[in-house]
Amino acid sequence: MDVSFILITLLIGAAATYFAGNKWASKVALLFSVVAFAVTLYTVNLLNNGENVSFLKNWIRNPRITFNLIGDGLSLIMVLLTTSLTAIIILATLKNTFKNAKSFYALILFMAFAMVGTFLSADGFLYYIFWELSLIPIYFIALIWGGGEAEARKKDVIKFFIYTFAGSLFMLVAFIYLYQKTGSFANGAFTRINLTDKEQFWIFLAFFLAYAIKIPIIPFHTWQANVYQKAPSAGTMLLSGIMLKMAIYSIIRWQLPIAPAPAKEYMNVLIILCVAGVIYGSILALKQQDLKKLLAYSSLAHVGLIAAGAYTLTLDGLRGAVLQMIAHGFVVVGLFYAAEIIIRRYNTTEISEMGGIRIQTPRFTSMFMILVLASVALPATFNFIGEFELLYSLAQTNVWIAVLGGTTIILGAFYMLRMFQQVMLGEQNAKPFADVTFGEGFAFVAIIGVLLFFGLYPKPIIDFITPALENTLNLINR
Amino acid sequence: MTTLIAIAGLGIICLIAEIFNLRKAIVPVTIIGLLAILCLNVVSIPGVHVANLNMEERSFYNNMIVQNNYAILFSSLFILLTIFLVALSPDFHKEHKAKLSDFISIKLFLLAGAVAMVSFGNMAMFFLGIEILSISLYILAASEPKNVSSNEAGMKYFLMGSFASGFILFGIALIYGATGAFDITAIYEAVSTGAAKGWFFPGVVLLTIGLLFKIAAVPFHFWAPDVYEGSPALTTATMSTLAKVAAMAAFYKLMRGINLEVPGTYVTVLIIVSALSMFVGNLTALKQNNVKRMLAFSGISHAGFMLMVFLNPPVTAGTLFYYAAAYTLAGIAAFAVVISVCGDKRNEESFKFNGLGKTNPLMAAVLTCALLSMAGIPIFSGFFAKFFLFNQALKAGQVAIVIIAVVNSIISVGYYFKLILAMYTKESTEEKQAVPFAYTAVAVVAILLNILLGIFPDMVLGYL
Repeated sequence: MDVSFILITLLIGAAATYFAGNKWASKVALLFSVVAFAVTLYTVNLLNNGENVSFLKNWIRNPRITFNLIGDGLSLIMVLLTTSLTAIIILATLKNTFKNAKSFYALILFMAFAMVGTFLSADGFLYYIFWELSLIPIYFIALIWGGGEAEARKKDVIKFFIYTFAGSLFMLVAFIYLYQKTGSFANGAFTRINLTDKEQFWIFLAFFLAYAIKIPIIPFHTWQANVYQKAPSAGTMLLSGIMLKMAIYSIIRWQLPIAPAPAKEYMNVLIILCVAGVIYGSILALKQQDLKKLLAYSSLAHVGLIAAGAYTLTLDGLRGAVLQMIAHGFVVVGLFYAAEIIIRRYNTTEISEMGGIRIQTPRFTSMFMILVLASVALPATFNFIGEFELLYSLAQTNVWIAVLGGTTIILGAFYMLRMFQQVMLGEQNAKPFADVTFGEGFAFVAIIGVLLFFGLYPKPIIDFITPALENTLNLINR
Repeated sequence: MTTLIAIAGLGIICLIAEIFNLRKAIVPVTIIGLLAILCLNVVSIPGVHVANLNMEERSFYNNMIVQNNYAILFSSLFILLTIFLVALSPDFHKEHKAKLSDFISIKLFLLAGAVAMVSFGNMAMFFLGIEILSISLYILAASEPKNVSSNEAGMKYFLMGSFASGFILFGIALIYGATGAFDITAIYEAVSTGAAKGWFFPGVVLLTIGLLFKIAAVPFHFWAPDVYEGSPALTTATMSTLAKVAAMAAFYKLMRGINLEVPGTYVTVLIIVSALSMFVGNLTALKQNNVKRMLAFSGISHAGFMLMVFLNPPVTAGTLFYYAAAYTLAGIAAFAVVISVCGDKRNEESFKFNGLGKTNPLMAAVLTCALLSMAGIPIFSGFFAKFFLFNQALKAGQVAIVIIAVVNSIISVGYYFKLILAMYTKESTEEKQAVPFAYTAVAVVAILLNILLGIFPDMVLGYL
């Protein structure tokens, strides 16, 4: 058993979902996502027992491209995040009725397939294919099932597509250049060659374009809030929970080990860019009147901090980035899910039209509260550990940047709690609001359970990812 | 050689079948015949069939025809495309049933011309091939005599095309004057020993101009949009797939044949033509509302991409074939959908595609895949084609043109996605109509082959 089984499960799942028909699509999709999660867990277990779960097969002879999947702590933790969140996302959408549901759920599973492929690929070319492949399903999900006015949505979605496509094409050119140098697309070959500083600079820049657009780091963020707002909630969850993590993961897996010199030389510039995004996102979040947009900008702020941590090139920074990726993935999916529940029942995204939900729904309110607190990194939540490691690593490089980065917590607490106040508290709303059902509650409980458990006991994850990150760090400092 | 004779024979059988009132049998017989020829062709590739392992090159009729892997592979692609085009014919021409045998046999003769264009060993054969192909196309372009725009297209194409043929002929004459030979190997020897006279290069330039016209590269592209728009949709499909790559393949074979090392200034000119074709084609395509016109301009930009093979000619034959196969398969699939949506009603405005995602999800999916392949999105073979091309251009040290090509790939997403958007987000204005089985079959098979080629590029890359 190796990691390719996860991919196969998801791909078969996508096909089966499509052919199951509209009525059964959501159930079949849920089944396959759970199976994929179980397969991932099993693979993780195998890796923990010291077995080799990587996969290698020749694909194209000339140019030499292999179907090489790497199963180490770093990639598998991301796969675990993807498969678990996919299951939760599908669970969270069960209540909704979609037009053409079979295509919708098949696209979600196909997207999970592409994202898992991106995390697992150890061959640059294969990686690029999966990277691009993940763009197509989310494009259609946002386009066809999105909300808001059709013309505006079309514009935003196509902008998103062209932005990310343009960025990744430069990455492809970098890969081809590296192939000319090494005669192979293997990640291992790329990290072994000695490039001059100038070559490294251009390669770093090409990668940076692709990743900065996807994360997004300012000034490449303009697509983000609009797409988050207009995509259906499942699409927003996929985008913010998993897809942008592809870029941060890629920084750790591809960009830094291949071109470490510019990362060291321009470390301050990079970190300041990322932290600027943190502050910018927080300030914009303060001003938002639209619930989904507020969450989108808060996500921008959090992700900026994660990227900043990765660019510190310290073990704490890298580990903090990975931990926070997982924590943020769960929290942001939970928050968007809560937002989706409110929006579905009130039929509006304006914060000013909400309020007074707490009186009617004690269970929902307390779960939402925990998620809000987790997102502002309250101690005892998983997010606290991630954020703490990130800020600690920033403090090692420059205390003042750490102080600036720390404002996410303060500003975050401010806008998140204010949002909670306006949405949930206050006088009873004229509109009735039913409390969460069992299915809805289950998704929340799963998310909160993960956040609290690993918040109190993060050791298993830290032990799991640290060896791989130490490897990466050795490559960066080679 | 047998391929060429068999194809021409099949064309004549079609004409005879009409005399004996066997009209119903024409299409099945043609398709079966072409499939048989395709099989015979494929097994004659060394490496596919063990008995032929040692066969390198065979020449016939005093080196008039040379059969090598390049010729066989491209011939196979052309035959495959013709099968698709023939399969589309009966439904497309259902209002002109009486002329069906003419349409089919002209397509077969066109195929014979295309095959001659890639398997020539002599300038005379090359020119014959080009003329057979062109004249068939002139007829097909004007095949709706009662339609003004079809007449206009045929006339325009004929005038411009014969002008280009004149250039080619004049170029051949100059090369003959410089080297004293029509035979490709003799010309090659004369050039490599330095025996060629000074007017060899003017001859090459004239040849190049004529061929650039045939592949519709900027600045010789002005005929393409009008002719594409005016001709019946099936003819446009033929022109933009089969005819274009046949001309490109002949161009490549000719240039490689007479001159192994392409001189530097010539490469510079080709780079400029290639960059111009990409930019003009893509930027103009952005503004088109007519789908056939849009595909015509996108074809111009693809010609620009294909011209990049001249940057590193000794190793790019395989890439050219792969690119041609990827592009034509996507093109055929796209045109099958265009024809099924618009029929022969001579109106291919893009609003006809509104809501196709709902009224006919399968065809919408095929068109989406075809457009994604042309835009170069992974897993479709169009992506791999571009990738191999960029790879080899970078190997030759041509970074600038690769960046231009990358920028153009991004631009092209704009108009390909405009159509995809229209299919999935707009409401349909047309009533749902049944799509003939042949259209669906061709569209699906072509796009499946395209994807298959993307997943297993080694299938065709190893032979060149």
